[in-house]
This record gives sequence, C-alpha cells and structure tokens, in this order.
Amino acid sequence: MYVAVKGGEAAISNAHRLLADRRRGDRNLPAISVEQIVAQLALSVDRIMAEASLYDKTLAALAMRQARGDMIEAIFILRAYRTTLPRFGYSNPINTGEMLVERRISATYKDLPGGQLLGPTFDYTHRLLDPDLLNDSPVEEPITAETGHEPIMRVADILAGESLIEMEEPGEEETTPGDITREPLEFPLGRDERLQALARGDEGFLLALGYSTQRGYARSHPFAGEIRIGLVDVEVDIPELGFAVSIGKVQITECQMVNQFKGSAKQPPQFTRGYGLVFGQSERKAMAMSLVDRALRASEFGEDITAPAQDEEFVISHSDNVQATGFVEHLKLPHYVDFQAELDLVRRMRAEYEATQTGTATTEHKEAAE
Amino acid sequence: MQTQNALPETPDQTRKRTIEVLAHASLGRLKQFFADLDEQPEFQMMRGPETGLVMIRGRMGGTGSVFNLGEATATRATVRLTTGEIGHGYRLGGDRDAVRLSAVIDALGTRDAFKPKVSRFVEETEATIKSREDKQRAETAATRVNFFTMVRGDD
Repeated sequence: MYVAVKGGEAAISNAHRLLADRRRGDRNLPAISVEQIVAQLALSVDRIMAEASLYDKTLAALAMRQARGDMIEAIFILRAYRTTLPRFGYSNPINTGEMLVERRISATYKDLPGGQLLGPTFDYTHRLLDPDLLNDSPVEEPITAETGHEPIMRVADILAGESLIEMEEPGEEETTPGDITREPLEFPLGRDERLQALARGDEGFLLALGYSTQRGYARSHPFAGEIRIGLVDVEVDIPELGFAVSIGKVQITECQMVNQFKGSAKQPPQFTRGYGLVFGQSERKAMAMSLVDRALRASEFGEDITAPAQDEEFVISHSDNVQATGFVEHLKLPHYVDFQAELDLVRRMRAEYEATQTGTATTEHKEAAE
Repeated sequence: MQTQNALPETPDQTRKRTIEVLAHASLGRLKQFFADLDEQPEFQMMRGPETGLVMIRGRMGGTGSVFNLGEATATRATVRLTTGEIGHGYRLGGDRDAVRLSAVIDALGTRDAFKPKVSRFVEETEATIKSREDKQRAETAATRVNFFTMVRGDD
C-alpha cells in the first residue's frame, strides 16, 4: 500500500527561518559583506568559481555567504545559477604565454627567462598561527622592484627547443572541442572533455588521486615544470563588428607537469606532459589536475592500466562534487516506503531463518535423545 | 588587451581598442566621462544590457588542441544614438550600468564631433589601466629569487 505523506510545510518554513538566523549569527557583530569575502577570503572564492565552473567573483562570494561557508553547498548554488543564463558563445583560446604574471615558479630550471617569481605564496611560511591577525593591525604596502624586460617564457617551450618533450600543437584542422555541459558523458572521452571535467573536479578528490600516483599507484616520475598564476585576456568574436575584442581578464593557474617516458616503438624516449588549468589562484588543484591528466593518458602511451587514477570512467564519473553530493545526500530524504518494504522482507527472511534453525535444533535434539 | 603599435591605426583597430579599454575601465571612470560632458547624449537601447555566459577555452599544455575550461558571466549592450550611430559594450561580470555606458561611449567614438574626446578618454583610461598593471608587475618583480652560489673550499 502506498500512502502519500504531507505535513512538513510549517517545519520546513521554520527551519529555513532558523537557518537565516544562524547564518546571520550574533547581531552585535557587523554582517560580512560580499566585497569583504571577495577581498579577504579570495582563495575560497576561487575554489567556488573553479568547481562551479563559473567565473564570477561577486556571485561566488554571495554563494559562499548564503551557504554559511560550506564550499560544496556554495558550488552547488553557483552551478545551479549558471543554468539560468543564456550562453553568448565561446571565447578564443586564452593565451597563457601572454599572462600578466603574479607568480611563476619552475622546479626543473633554476635560472630561466623571467626568473622564479614567488608572488603571494604560503610557501616558506612557518605555518604557525599568527596572533597579529586576531586584530586589525596595519599591513605594510608590498615592496616593488624594477621589472625585467625579458618575456616570462613558458618552461615547456624551453624543453621543446631541444625536442626532448612531447609537442603540444593544435591539430592540422582545429576541431570543435567537446563540451560536457552540452552533451552527456560517453566513455571513452577525449582529452578535451577530460580536462574540462577535471577543471571543475573536486579539489580534494583530485588531490587524493594525484597523491596516489606519487605513492606508486601509476607512478609517473613527475616534475613541476612550471606553475604560473596571473591574469589572461578573454577574447570573444564580435559578429557585428567582424573582429575579436578582449572583454576582460580572468585570473587562472596553470601547471605543466613534466613526466618521464621511456619511449615506445613509435616514439623515442622523451618527457611527456600533464596539464592543469584552473580558475583563480588554485595551485594545489592545478598540480593535482596535471598529475591526474597525465595518469589518464596511460593508454595513449601504451602504459598498463593498473591504478584508480588511470581509470577514466572511475575518475571522471566521481570527480564532480555537485553530482557526488547530490547522490550521497539524497539518502537523507524520506525513504519510508522503500524502508517499509525492506523491513517486511527482512522480517520474512528472519522468520524463515528461525524456522530452519528451530527445525535443525529439534532434529539435533531428537538425534541426541535417541 | 594588446598595446598599440607604432603604425597608424585602422578604424577597426581604433574601435577594437576603444571597446577593449572600455571593457576594462571601472564604472566610476565611465561615469566621469559623462560628468565631463556639457550635454548628455540621447540614445535608445537596441539590445540589453543582458547578462549571459561565455565559455572560456584553453589549449592543452598551453599551446595544443583547444578544450573548454569553464564559463564566465558576461554582460553586453548595444545602443543607438538619436543621431544614428550604433555602439557596443561588453565586459566580464554582471555590471549592466558599466556596459550601457561603454556602449554609448563606443557609439560617440564613431561620431566626428566626439571622436577627439573619446580618443582622449580612451588614452587616459588605458594609461590608468597600464599603471595599475605595472604596479602589479613591480610587486611581483620584488619576489623574484636571486640565486647565489656558496663557494666551497679555497681554490
């Protein structure tokens, strides 16, 4: 028998009112503004934009405030919002070589054109809690220095000069890349679709998978060839005018991971590449993404597929935290009827089991008595 | 946004530069342009301002085949001045006021009487943007590592 249950309305409405109250918290404290979140919790905002796959700092900060700081909830809200907007079109591919660089480091070359630029990094801090931040103590202006005139060359281009690394060139004919927001995933995927999925993938999930490749599950001897963070122009074609214009800049993080490859019948020994490209300042995510990208290219290089990080279907099907949270969290929704059915089933099985047990016991007893 | 080269600009290049500079200008700066006018231009909205999405594309390894990275919000508007000129405004994000004002300035830039004013505004705005970027470059440059080698032994 199926019985529809109603009656949660008042409870739900009161719960949401309570949520609004708890979100605001102590009224004696000033409310946090979206501008403050953008300015002072910038890396959280970046993570929301990256995993929601929507670049808009104000909306990401709003989502974060609405979600009381719950990142996945904020990502969910922003991802849902994007479905309400029309798609104007596609940008021309961004040129990371022309980046207005805020940070650029290489673990493979000490002296390289443009130099090692640390930028605003947590690296080399002692990771000790700083009690000064308990107060609003004044902060010094940054030091400035004369900028070098040499271009900040991409490390991969340096290695390419010696042809010791696989070349990344556009195909003969530029094909339209797959778009996972438009077509359902169909395995096996192209690397284009994989990169799109990884760019919005959960940082924690990709970090764990990247880590697993370092610990020996699909070992690939990586070096961080280059990490660069900065602003790039977003150029779109304006059909009315017949040319492309830059409509603004976005901050992105790019990681070129360089991996050893012993060569095959077709290719000489060389370095291969894993690529990470993420919205905002998201170095850990970009590094993890490039490790996973390289691991997922196993079949391209004829490598044995032995580890989870190499299994495309496993990785990509579980990398999206909006999908993951939807399915995991749906378990808390009412399953009263399903559970009643299962309860009934388990009771019947239990009765049958007990009947057999008693039967056996009686037989045993009889045998003993005889 | 590319900086201008030494050759004289074609009308298309001037237009491109105008639209790009306006896309990067702050709302306050755009409002200043109108505050400095003796008479406010009359115009009609032809499209928008409307906010939508642009799918940003990247290249594998920075230089290889194209892939879709993720979307960004963008806002666009088209206006027609009562004198007939059409202007377009575009920018990332959701600032409709800024885009509407940009479209009007773009339209004015194609009208002879306003050309010098618009081109001066574009030049000044470009200089403001450049100095902001130069400041950022200079701050980054101060974090450049200068390696030195410790000499060991006495030879």
